[in-house]
Amino acid sequence: MKRQHDPEREQDFADVDRRQLLSELAASVPRPALLCEPEDLRPYECDGLAAYRRLPLAVVLAEDEAQVVAVLKICHRLGVPVVARGAGTGLSGGAMPHGQGVLLSLAKMKRILKIDPLAATAVVEPGVRNLAISEAAAAHGLYYAPDPSSQIACTIGGNVAENAGGVHCLKYGLTVHNVLKVRAVTMAGEIVELGGAAPDAPGYDLLAVMIGSEGLLAVVTEVVVKLTPKPQTAQVIMASFDDVGRAGDAVAAIIGAGIIPAGLEMMDKAATAAVEPFVNAGYDLAAEAILLCESDGTVAEVDEEIARMRRVLDASGATGIRVSRDEAERLKFWAGRKAAFPAAGRISPDYYCIDGTIPRRRLGEMLRAIGGMERKFGLRCINVFHAGDGNLHPLILYDANEPGQTARTEAFGAEILELSVALGGTITGEHGVGFEKLDGMCVQFASEELAAFHRLKAAFDPQGLLNPGKAVPSLHRCAEFGRMHVHRGELKFPDIERF
Amino acid sequence: MNSQEFSARIRAASREQPLAIRGGGSKDFYGGQPSGEVLDARGYQGIVAYEPSELVITARAGTPLVEIEAALAAQGQFLPFEPPAFGAAATIGGVVAAGLSGPRRMAVGALRDFVLGIKLIDGEARELKFGGQVMKNVAGYDISRLITGSLGTLGLILEVSLKVLPRPVCERTLRFALPAGEALARVSAWAAKPLSLSASCWQDGVLSVRLSGALAAVNGAEQTLGGEPVPESDAATFWHDLREQRLPFFAGEMPLWRLSVPPTTRALVLPEPQLIEWYGGQRWLRTQTLATELREAAVIAGGHATLFRGGDKGTGTFTPLQAVMMELHRRLKAVFDPRGVFNPGRLYPDI
Repeated sequence: MKRQHDPEREQDFADVDRRQLLSELAASVPRPALLCEPEDLRPYECDGLAAYRRLPLAVVLAEDEAQVVAVLKICHRLGVPVVARGAGTGLSGGAMPHGQGVLLSLAKMKRILKIDPLAATAVVEPGVRNLAISEAAAAHGLYYAPDPSSQIACTIGGNVAENAGGVHCLKYGLTVHNVLKVRAVTMAGEIVELGGAAPDAPGYDLLAVMIGSEGLLAVVTEVVVKLTPKPQTAQVIMASFDDVGRAGDAVAAIIGAGIIPAGLEMMDKAATAAVEPFVNAGYDLAAEAILLCESDGTVAEVDEEIARMRRVLDASGATGIRVSRDEAERLKFWAGRKAAFPAAGRISPDYYCIDGTIPRRRLGEMLRAIGGMERKFGLRCINVFHAGDGNLHPLILYDANEPGQTARTEAFGAEILELSVALGGTITGEHGVGFEKLDGMCVQFASEELAAFHRLKAAFDPQGLLNPGKAVPSLHRCAEFGRMHVHRGELKFPDIERF
Repeated sequence: MNSQEFSARIRAASREQPLAIRGGGSKDFYGGQPSGEVLDARGYQGIVAYEPSELVITARAGTPLVEIEAALAAQGQFLPFEPPAFGAAATIGGVVAAGLSGPRRMAVGALRDFVLGIKLIDGEARELKFGGQVMKNVAGYDISRLITGSLGTLGLILEVSLKVLPRPVCERTLRFALPAGEALARVSAWAAKPLSLSASCWQDGVLSVRLSGALAAVNGAEQTLGGEPVPESDAATFWHDLREQRLPFFAGEMPLWRLSVPPTTRALVLPEPQLIEWYGGQRWLRTQTLATELREAAVIAGGHATLFRGGDKGTGTFTPLQAVMMELHRRLKAVFDPRGVFNPGRLYPDI
């Protein structure tokens, strides 16, 4: 089947021969690894963004690299799209299946192949859960630093695809800063090794290109991660503010004072009100905003840094300050922050999580604007932020069963993202573009930049078979988006089944 | 020179009449021999934005590195990857294009870890912007990091945004008299513990390590490590001279090789003298030994070898890539510079 990646328009895969595909797959992977009955496919119809669902033609649960190579070679020859998937916890629809394609699950490849305590590295298969790496390394006083909220379930392969972050990345970096090497299979079935155990690799930095490429360039089969020595101790300050703008200014003041906290998170009043009944974290419910500022290191180091942060917070007009007295209280303070998403689900039938990043100093401005949008769209929004790095997670509360609310929610989200770009930021800090934010890409990038992304994609996958229709919008789509942009509230993606 | 004038020069160039992108010329020695008509980026300079509380600086490519470092120092901040300048003329564009990092690399990350965004003109004279000024940004492929260290073969860098950090409150340097094998073992063990290590250098039986961080942390680590403290100003000079390759080890005409290997690699049985940095990850050799022999040793260890300065570049500067990777490099070159106008041969002969 002759196919070619097309920057202008999405390819039409209607001519895929399902019967031939299934018979070739059945001949090359073990019987239990191939799913093709609708009831078996159903669990794979969406990822963490459940609003968009689609059934693939087949699911392959690969058990080793040889099976990944075999599946890719078959699909490459037959011109069939392939979507790779880890735990399916992604929040942008990046692992939503292709209706004419194969969903390639890496979740069964979950062996930790090696932990080298001296080199402080771990070699793992892509289906290993993020937290499982830290658990396995704990015996050596080491851990894997990036900690996305979904770390109990999400896989390292998915983390590589999304360049996942977490609450500690201001100090410890994102996935791109903590992965040393990726072994991957291209759509043509060729194995590539990017990066290495040495501090650098010759040639272009293809490791960086691979990380955050949302499954469009190659399928990850092995990852070497850097492990970090576990700090002796950690303490967190919970500071209250009677004004969100002042809380935002306090964030800038801490960093301006030369402090890089291990974590620096902010929640607004609506967010603390939502989580407090749920987790009893002891949050100040009278405050307009609270900040959580964490310090980690040796006991003496933490004492020194907590005292410095306290002085800055006092000077920034904090109305209340509490320092965790022990590990149990530290975890309690964090429990509220980590429960923000489930708490939103508890107080509202549906919620929509936004992921823009803005320069820190614009936080107050953004929060005021979101307040205005709540009134404009008639929807509530609770705000949790990775304040230290300017990454916002406004959670828009809505009820999909109420006519018009879904469309208003999407328009609300789009307006936040457009403002993020206008304030000098980005439409996605850590969740990825996936399927969800394709239109946002048209806002953030000029067509020549999008065309460069398409050419880069074609350099790895000339036929355009890996995760087509994700991450980078077609130029035609952006042209259309520009034309319809003025008509607010129109339904996006009319071809996709909606919930 | 403004960006329109750059574009005009790029449009007029061709595979037969290529351009040699150049900043201060301080790294002309690095990589393949520059060829083509010089495209001087120095005229495009100036700090565009610097907000200390954002930990980001944005500057035009021709801005001298010294100017950037002075602006940061005035606010108690710095470029944590300590890029070698190799001369006062070094520009920030050249620093990013060369992709080199200094003594602090293993503790804080490499130059590429601090690149947030890049504006460039590609080989078809298209002005493109990737990444931005924020720490977390996953919109689009990470082209800023692809450009970093690509030695000008993909485009002319116009502007870069870099993450910066506050200077550590306290630094201390300790010395130990140790043979190479023992020094490597100790540094590896220290690096796997939270001991505020920020640099290491072994040469001629002496191991120097630097500690950086809060006062309490540095004091605690010093007690654990022991060793002979080095006076502060001597220490600062030493690490600076190491970064700029002004230590006596780097003097003279003997070819200088750089081996990048997994840091825990044992002492390599290769000709002396050797200087070992980056907790064992970066090893410098002064030798006439054949390229093939050094490259083989580096590859067996899991790394690669670069003819950094001097010697015969006829056998290539960098370790050759495997066929699949080389083909990807050719295709990526064509993505940004299909007519082959930029820095031919600087990275690999046909790139």
